[in-house]
Amino acid sequence: MADKILKQLKIKVWRQKNAKSKGRFETYTIENISTGSSFLEMMDILNNDLIEKGIDPIAFDHDCREGICGTCSLYINGRPHGPDTEVTTCQLHMRKFKDGETIIIEPWRARAFPVIKDLVVDRSAFEKILQAGGFVSVNTGGVPDANAIPVSREDAEESMDAAACIGCGACVAACKNSSAMLFVSAKVSHLAKLPQGKVEADTRAMSMVAKMDELGFGGCTNTRACEAECPKSISIMNIARLNREYLKARLSR
Amino acid sequence: MSILDSKIPQGPLAEKWTKHKSAIKVVSPANKRKLEVIVVGTGLGGASAAASLAELGYKVKAFCYQDSPRRAHSIAAQGGINAAKNYQNDNDSVFRLFYDTIKGGDYRAREANVYRLAEVSPNIIDQCVAQGVPFGREYGGLLDNRSFGGVLVSRTFYARGQTGQQLLIGAYQALNRQIAKGSVEMYNRHEMLDVVVVDGKARGIIARDLVSGKIKRFGAHAVVVATGGYGNVFFLSTNAMGSNGSAAWQCYKKGAFMSNPCFVQIHPTCIPVHGDQQSKLTLMSESLRNDGRVWVPKKKEDAVKLQKGEIGPNDIADEDRDFYLERRYPSYGNLVPRDVASRAAKERCDAGFGVNAEGKAVFLDFKYSIERLGKDVITARYGNLFQMYEKITDTDPYKEPMMIYPAIHYSMGGTWVDYNLMTTVPGLYSIGEANFSDHGANRLGASALMQGLADGYFVLPYTIGDYLADEIMTPKTDVNAPEFVEAEKAVTDRIEKLFNVKGSKPVDYFHKKLGHIMWDYVGMSRNAEGLKKAIEEIKVIREEFWKDVRIPGELDNLNPELEKAGRVADFLDIGELMARDALDRNESCGGHFREESATEEGEAKRNDEQFTYVSCWEYKGEGQEPVLHKEDLVFENVKLTQRSYK
Ligand SMILES: Cc1cc2nc3c(=O)[nH]c(=O)nc-3n(C[C@H](O)[C@H](O)[C@H](O)COP(=O)(O)OP(=O)(O)OC[C@H]3O[C@@H](n4cnc5c(N)ncnc54)[C@H](O)[C@@H]3O)c2cc1C
Ligand code: SF4
Ligand code: FES
Repeated sequence: MADKILKQLKIKVWRQKNAKSKGRFETYTIENISTGSSFLEMMDILNNDLIEKGIDPIAFDHDCREGICGTCSLYINGRPHGPDTEVTTCQLHMRKFKDGETIIIEPWRARAFPVIKDLVVDRSAFEKILQAGGFVSVNTGGVPDANAIPVSREDAEESMDAAACIGCGACVAACKNSSAMLFVSAKVSHLAKLPQGKVEADTRAMSMVAKMDELGFGGCTNTRACEAECPKSISIMNIARLNREYLKARLSR
Repeated sequence: MSILDSKIPQGPLAEKWTKHKSAIKVVSPANKRKLEVIVVGTGLGGASAAASLAELGYKVKAFCYQDSPRRAHSIAAQGGINAAKNYQNDNDSVFRLFYDTIKGGDYRAREANVYRLAEVSPNIIDQCVAQGVPFGREYGGLLDNRSFGGVLVSRTFYARGQTGQQLLIGAYQALNRQIAKGSVEMYNRHEMLDVVVVDGKARGIIARDLVSGKIKRFGAHAVVVATGGYGNVFFLSTNAMGSNGSAAWQCYKKGAFMSNPCFVQIHPTCIPVHGDQQSKLTLMSESLRNDGRVWVPKKKEDAVKLQKGEIGPNDIADEDRDFYLERRYPSYGNLVPRDVASRAAKERCDAGFGVNAEGKAVFLDFKYSIERLGKDVITARYGNLFQMYEKITDTDPYKEPMMIYPAIHYSMGGTWVDYNLMTTVPGLYSIGEANFSDHGANRLGASALMQGLADGYFVLPYTIGDYLADEIMTPKTDVNAPEFVEAEKAVTDRIEKLFNVKGSKPVDYFHKKLGHIMWDYVGMSRNAEGLKKAIEEIKVIREEFWKDVRIPGELDNLNPELEKAGRVADFLDIGELMARDALDRNESCGGHFREESATEEGEAKRNDEQFTYVSCWEYKGEGQEPVLHKEDLVFENVKLTQRSYK
């Protein structure tokens, strides 16, 4: 557990002034980083260095820094959320890197996620997909007692497995087709597994998939790259369930 | 006689809310369509309010600084949400939840508000289940509960270690449904920088589009602020990096009183600070104290060896372990409230028994419960928390105890509101963690989520009608009115002033400095001398900040350093007010511990004769001393006793 010091690292990072300008890689050197620091703490230190040198700091998205808000989104050494499994970028620690290493950092790359600045991308396409049907149509008030409808523990647990999605977009970034199927299927499964969500399962699947296609995400060709890189271990079993729900809905029309 | 009217309804406690609801005004559906409401913040408070108001027919504009409402910091809540359902048949009731909350808050909250909170709590669970929140369940298919610090019943509902996430997703889904319908206009990546008051009423806000840098005006008939807590004034806290007190602070500057700012909660179970490169602290859910036992070595020499890394925790025999919470508080043991657990950890570490290199950590050990219940049960209960701990510390908590230490977690203090959740500015409301309302001097675990959703789903949608009913003839707010022009100019001027300092140090430099002062003098233990010192030192940092901060980049582009600078400028002011408030309150209560007011055994001593009030600070202008008003607290249904968890 004892922390070591990484004496020097080279950071090769994507710089892009805004959505309209062309980007390029820049390389910076950073020294004396503790292996106990998180990746984003390393980025903070680098940025404060840059500010003191009069260089514009690197913009990146982050907020909770504990792997739950889904804001952070870096593509590090060719992997979304970097070289560790089941973690987000903000949970990645510097002990995963070696002294003297060059670390390459890019934004999520997908047509549906245009770059806003440097490493910050626009994920509002995810919002639109969820607005297309990722909810149960109940208003506040006038609902039955919470224990009125028993739900088998197994269903509740499976629903929870899918509901754990944090909407980060790593699945899209990992996929060569930039497909959003894992994300969409996670929402569809979360709700379809519960009696409360089942009522609208058909229309939900149909409209969310239609929205996804409309927004420029690619199709799913079962490469499983999404599942491998998802920080929350969302299973591609959900995609199979989505396909079933979708088919059912098509047939019943 | 105080100038504050809390509008607490007359009559017996249990009937107040029902009576109030039937007495307040209601707006007709046709009129609701003409009325606009701005909701700033989309955490549990803001998202539930925005969705519910839109369902009722109001036209809503909602704002958050993240790229999606789903990322509000409510998402990070782990442990659970309380509700007086009595599903466990353990004799829980609305009154018991009310009583626990009042007592847990060390008798510094309003009876009527807290009772209403307990009263609507069961509805929250019903609502969440209907939305598809996958709460933990028993094998029979019914909802499961766990117990939480400071209480003797099991009333906490949970969704694994991700309760906040699931509740927020529920509210976010409801919000998305209204966005899709066009009844909520959602402004992501927008930061509120001022509230606009016209003829004494809140009529809109000024916000910065964080992507384009544009300063924009938004008008409405009422403004609801749900922007969360100000714990980041300490630099290191369990809050998200962007959590801030700025929106509430702007309200304060426009006439909303700020209450009990010195009441902040220090959470006992966080991963200890290490080194000086750290940016934030990670909470380990309080629920862990259900099955973990807290200890430090009995012998000083063992502690010293642990600090030097010569031995590990498992080298210390059971009889050489001091389970100090069980020793000092036999009836509550490891489940004492947060403030008590935090101070007890500090006491042991200050006495030299800390267990990490810095001497600022204690153990939380699962060995005993793994022996008793088996590893599988522990994994099912806390698997994701254990994984998180291991990723951060590189230590396996199944094999070695966790190391924990207290950290800043929650702000009980906040904007003063009356029973209707309205601030001292008509038409300006404050809900969720941003207000001071329900937790007194200390919040019980799993009660913030309850309060956020109570405010947003079941209280504000009713009480705001009472105000808006008188606004149905008010036309759409004109954002070209002089008040908007002026407010926009003030915002632009301040941003330019900050930007043009062009000094030499990054914002973090000042934020860290402020954090150290706050932690040392306005932290877990406070005294008059230290508080006075803090006030002086903050002034010095403020001066330095405005002379020497460097903000790179452009004004008309995404500029995170500029955002941070604005927030830190406000934290400097908030920190000073916290110190003033702590200085005024020369008693120990809840999270606020004044060394001058302690028993011989070092336990907190309240002073009900002098301090049974809510402090309410009024802004008097830049560089002027704020004025303290007091709302006296009246207890008709509970007897004030010194809290005892022995
Ligand atoms: C790690 C952690 C664990 C917790 N665990 C629990 C628990 O188990 N049980 C429990 O009951 N409580 C818990 N809490 C406390 C609880 O989560 C919070 O008090 C509660 O969620 C706050 O909700 P909120 O809606 O008031 O604010 P938040 O969720 O913080 O939302 C604030 C919103 O305001 C927006 N905002 C802020 N400033 C601006 C601005 N200037 N302009 C525009 N938008 C702005 C943000 O974008 C965000 O949408 C925990 C807290 C933390 C930090
Ligand atoms: S499915 Fe996984 S990778 Fe995709 S958005 Fe959800 S959490 Fe992120
Ligand atoms: S910053 Fe929240 S998940 Fe990484």
